[in-house]
Amino acid sequence: MAKIKTTAQVFRQEKISDGIYSMWLSFQEQENIASEAVPGQFLSLYSKDGSRLLPRPISICEIDREERRIRIVYRIAGKGTEEFSALTEGENIDVMGPLGNGFTIQDGTALLIGGGIGIPPMLELAKVLSDAGKQVKVVLGYRDSDLFLKEEFEPYAEIYVSTEDGSVGTKGNVIDAIIAHAVHADTIYACGPLPMLRGVKAFAVENKIPAELSMEEKMACGIGACLACVCQSGEKDAHSNVCNKRVCKDGPVFDALEIEI
Amino acid sequence: MGSERNLSVDFAGILMKNPVTTASGTFGSGAEYDEFVDLNQLGAVTTKGVASVPWEGNPTPRICETYGGMLNAIGLQNPGIDLFVKRDIPFLKQYDTNIIVNVCGKTPEEYIEVVERLAEEDIALLEINISCPNVKAGGIAFGQDPKLVEQITRRIKEKARQPVMMKLSPNVTDITEMARAAEAGGADAVSLINTLTGMKIDINKRTFALANKTGGMSGPAVKPVAVRMVYQTAHAVKIPVLGMGGISNAEDALEFLMAGATMVAVGTANFHNPMATIDVIKGVEAFMKENGVKDIKELIGCVG
Repeated sequence: MAKIKTTAQVFRQEKISDGIYSMWLSFQEQENIASEAVPGQFLSLYSKDGSRLLPRPISICEIDREERRIRIVYRIAGKGTEEFSALTEGENIDVMGPLGNGFTIQDGTALLIGGGIGIPPMLELAKVLSDAGKQVKVVLGYRDSDLFLKEEFEPYAEIYVSTEDGSVGTKGNVIDAIIAHAVHADTIYACGPLPMLRGVKAFAVENKIPAELSMEEKMACGIGACLACVCQSGEKDAHSNVCNKRVCKDGPVFDALEIEI
Repeated sequence: MGSERNLSVDFAGILMKNPVTTASGTFGSGAEYDEFVDLNQLGAVTTKGVASVPWEGNPTPRICETYGGMLNAIGLQNPGIDLFVKRDIPFLKQYDTNIIVNVCGKTPEEYIEVVERLAEEDIALLEINISCPNVKAGGIAFGQDPKLVEQITRRIKEKARQPVMMKLSPNVTDITEMARAAEAGGADAVSLINTLTGMKIDINKRTFALANKTGGMSGPAVKPVAVRMVYQTAHAVKIPVLGMGGISNAEDALEFLMAGATMVAVGTANFHNPMATIDVIKGVEAFMKENGVKDIKELIGCVG
């Protein structure tokens, strides 16, 4: 299964919140990027400006296999993502993917936890789990009442919200919301900032619930060669022969118990 | 492809089907790029630095982008020579290409241990990394003093069964002094440039962009510096030069060849374009065709 760097076409782009954009990318007929992609994987997007040479890894938010389209929802974090946000329908962008390993579909009730810009990858996962007939609960952590993407989860999941300022849902973080509503599940899936993932791991370990965490780290190659984006593993990794795993290649989704965070 | 154009070069006694290899650290041991690149087409694959024992490398963030380039401070994370010999060499042996193994160490003894371990292996060349700016001991410490360069080269040459290429640092006043020292120590070739030590500040977080504070700068932005150093070095020593530093396309590679490099390496460009090595080879061949060049050796050092 050879991977390719290819050119995608912007199908639709819209600003969905302050500094957060949603973009649907269309792939050509002969390309199987959309058909192979699974929730939790990411795409590397390339700038047209030669002064910005590293790809920007962005997680997959939705997959439309029939139309060969992938949606990403991303935050403007610098000049590269700013450039992407200015692209309009019909414009081209170089893309590589799908990269990394996604979430695994487990039996029983699923608890999806997304924090901030870690929310988007949970949408496709909620869809896939719901389509597979699983019971899906989602806890979304926001800063304030700007609840981007929340209503898109409604067809697939039972939704709980936490906000840092307490304006909506439980005041505090995602764990506060889980405890406040006594949310139970058989498997946890989470993506969000590192402090949140630490909290989720602690909660999962304490309650003996298996958890899959999606990690983030600065990347260069995106395919496992450069060893820039490592995270610490509890045991010696078979590939690296040290206690480091590659987020881009071995992750970004890891079993909570195999990584030290 | 190219039956009437000769792209092959003799590099330190090794026949390379073309003058293009990968820059150490940007290509792993080739396995990850195998999905994008037909490794059989490369003149050689230069592997990521390997030490006598596994190294953990530096804390993250290990990389950041800079204008027209990047900084890295991976810290030579590597699986150690045992696993490398067991896994990476057999992987590369499947392909019709030369293997250049980049060797790193914290002490001369550690370099020698790796070199001796590789004695019986079917590899083309040893590239000795005395120029990594991101490790506390070894690396660049050996590459900034001509006496040490000559000494370590001599000690490695005593034990090495393959030709020895010393990889030089640009973080010196006069790189030709280091190249001459390597030559005096018996080196069969030199490769340059390793990365330029740099720093980036994250103004929003008011801290360093890299956990290591400093990192090695690479990418298109360093190319003019690298071309100049390759030119100077090619004129200072008789041993062949493997040139690198910001090569992204055939035009860049041709600059290095014309400046006097017998081989070139593609590094950071692999991150932007996983096909960069192949694009360079094809582009060099196309240039030769357009300009009626029958043998690549006509171009090497042609600027005088």
